[in-house]
Amino acid sequence: MKTLADLTPDEQGCIHSITGADGLAQRLAELGFTTGQTVQVVRCAPFGDPMQIRIRGFHLALRRQEAQRVRLAPQ
Amino acid sequence: MAAATPPAASPLAEPPHTTPSSSSRSYRVAVIGNPNTGKTTLFNALTGLSQHTGNYPGVTVESALGEFQQDDTQFEAVDLPGTYSLAPRAPDEMVAVSVLLGYGRGTLAPDVILCVVDATNLDRNLYLATQIIDVGRPVVIALSMVDLAQKQGIHIHIARLEKRLGIPIVPVQAAKRQGLDQLRLALRNAVHKPVPPRPVAFPQAFTDEVDKLTQALAENNGHSGGHSGHTAHAAHLAHPAHPALPRFLVERLLIDAGGMIERGLARERGEWIRIQTQTARQRLADAGIPLPQMEVDSRYEWIAQVVEKAQEAKDTAPPFQHNLQNWQNLQSWRNWQNLSDRLDHIVTHKVWGLIVFLAVMGVTFQSIFSWALPLMDGIDGVFSAMGTWVGGTLSEGPLQSLIVDGLIGGVGAVIVFVPQIAMLFGLIAILEDSGYMARAAFLMDRLMAGFGLSGRSFIPLLSSFACAVPGIMAARTIENRRDRIATIVIAPLMSCSARLPVYVLLISAFIPAQTVWGVVGLQGLVLFSMYILGLIVAPPIAWALKRTVLRGETVPFLMELPPFKMPAWRVILFRMYDRSMAFLKRAGTIILATTIVVWALSYYPNHDRAAAQFEARRAAVSAQERQQLDHAQASIRLRESYLGQAGRAIEPFVRPLGWDWKIGMATLASFPAREVIIAALGTIYNVGGGLNEESLELRDAMRAERWADGRPIYTPVVAVSIMVFFALCCQCGATLATMKRETNSWGYPAFTFVYMTSLAYLGALAVYQIGSRLAG
Repeated sequence: MKTLADLTPDEQGCIHSITGADGLAQRLAELGFTTGQTVQVVRCAPFGDPMQIRIRGFHLALRRQEAQRVRLAPQ
Repeated sequence: MAAATPPAASPLAEPPHTTPSSSSRSYRVAVIGNPNTGKTTLFNALTGLSQHTGNYPGVTVESALGEFQQDDTQFEAVDLPGTYSLAPRAPDEMVAVSVLLGYGRGTLAPDVILCVVDATNLDRNLYLATQIIDVGRPVVIALSMVDLAQKQGIHIHIARLEKRLGIPIVPVQAAKRQGLDQLRLALRNAVHKPVPPRPVAFPQAFTDEVDKLTQALAENNGHSGGHSGHTAHAAHLAHPAHPALPRFLVERLLIDAGGMIERGLARERGEWIRIQTQTARQRLADAGIPLPQMEVDSRYEWIAQVVEKAQEAKDTAPPFQHNLQNWQNLQSWRNWQNLSDRLDHIVTHKVWGLIVFLAVMGVTFQSIFSWALPLMDGIDGVFSAMGTWVGGTLSEGPLQSLIVDGLIGGVGAVIVFVPQIAMLFGLIAILEDSGYMARAAFLMDRLMAGFGLSGRSFIPLLSSFACAVPGIMAARTIENRRDRIATIVIAPLMSCSARLPVYVLLISAFIPAQTVWGVVGLQGLVLFSMYILGLIVAPPIAWALKRTVLRGETVPFLMELPPFKMPAWRVILFRMYDRSMAFLKRAGTIILATTIVVWALSYYPNHDRAAAQFEARRAAVSAQERQQLDHAQASIRLRESYLGQAGRAIEPFVRPLGWDWKIGMATLASFPAREVIIAALGTIYNVGGGLNEESLELRDAMRAERWADGRPIYTPVVAVSIMVFFALCCQCGATLATMKRETNSWGYPAFTFVYMTSLAYLGALAVYQIGSRLAG
């Protein structure tokens, strides 16, 4: 399944679910990564990591490794 | 609307009005909110100059405290660390939860909670707000950034939102001091209001599990083992070993698998808690209620409904029916948004971002150097004049020497640096408040990951350039303990504001004021290099730590990038004022005390074996030669003082660094606080004959210092050797004490002290040995 890490800058996707039930999954959900929510990649830092994304009107920096946990609904 | 009565008012709506008499207690307010909501600006606006850092009752970590008043009601406020949720995973989040619940020995629950909610980001901010209401204390919401939200086309129907949440909401613009009176009034009224009902309902199955867990905790509340037999049961209930857990905490225990509450309770009361909560979670998962997903989904579902009703228009396209004012607002917001995006594009760019970063740092240090110098000279002049006046008024003797050489020459020499300290804190506060710091962390994350840290560590490290103490405390936001400790251990390598006086003194006295490559000042360049030195040395240390004692899995990196904004000048100015006062306080306590010790050691025993000989020679010479004789006599006296004797004993250790015994002793005296070196040198040179000179200025005294063969003691190489020692050495009692408090062990401060002192010695040795050979 496609994840947030597969998106390129300016691309957007719709959240399907978050893999796992650990602290990171909880923190992502608390920040508003809920099913059906739209996420957009804004840009990537030098060397491609971390990436800057937009969700619910705010910007967040996260590494690709974290972004891989955000599964996107098929278009 | 601000003080609207909650719609779900119980029969207790009109509580017994306890008139706060003259001896009435004041009410505790806890201020909490998401990061970047303007919470600190609001806290500053409410508390003003009464703000100070201290310990909230029962909490061992320092927070910002302050007082304010509304009519006859006095409030004591605490600014809790910014957080997105009350599910504590980092120590600072645990602090927030303990304070809100009054949980922990001696911790007092607040009488009212002030929750700051960012109007431009209602969803995510309301998530925390609904959790806060669940805590079960009176809550007031301060709605910030309302103006910005309006510019974005978001109009919030406050009355509707109040009704759904069941608590008063007051729109505020803290920077413009708007809404503060209404807010204080709402807080005063809320204190006597009944606790609002919980807005978000959880499934019954979950509530049942919480009840079961509560009961199990009460029954096992005896010995820490918890496996007690039934006979001891009644006794445990009568004499519980631990206070009963608030319901909110039991919920958190159940929801947050592996969270701080679970770990803390398992440590405190036994591993059975872990097992019991795990089985409960499994039962819920089997029933189709997975945790922690259930909480998040319930809250966000509720929020979605509420926000839809409360937000009348969230259109970004300018519709025709909007009036001109709104349309212009939207335009200006868009322009700003474009500007912010473009700025973002530049400062996070692969090449430009790095250049901007270096330029920002370079300009920061260069400007500190050139802008603060005139102010320093002014202060210096005042102290010199004072010294001359006191020297002329008091008769010669220990008292005159203590005041002129010790207090004015010593402590005065340190106070001269207040303008620079204020500027450094101001500039760093601007970087933080404008949103640039988060970009720098974003940019640096990859680099930091290379030696086992993350961009998260970058902000504590950068604020350590102002002072390692707040820097180490800022590391609380790092969730992972190993990352936090590695950050704390390298934080004192960042060149703090207390090193600045040492650099400035030595650079201005011994580094020529030339330009290199046509534009860059050599003095500024040397200063910049001193700052870079710590940055170069720190990564390998962190890397080594993360590969050995702090080895573990890579930790996630999640960080909000707030939009760029104009810094709130009140916040910046307050920070400058606050830190200057803290520095002056240090000058009045630890620096003063050390200086008096240095003075006493250099003044006594004050034998004057050669006095008679000098008197005889004095009679025979002219006035000018007499002055030289005074100098010679004073320097013999200093050499024979206790300090001089000790100094000659340590001289063999500092000679390889190019230092004489005076520099060695002054450095030794500055281990409690590094600025002491300036006071100590001032005192030593004054006692040693500076008294009759036309200027008390330390720089001149240092330039005049000579070895026995007449060579100057201070050369540029020696100056750099001293600076490198100070750049790398951990000469700060406050830092070590903070480290002990934050890591809960003496091991890390001891390690830090040893590794930094060794590095400092080796660094200074290398500089002198290589430098003096190169210089011929």
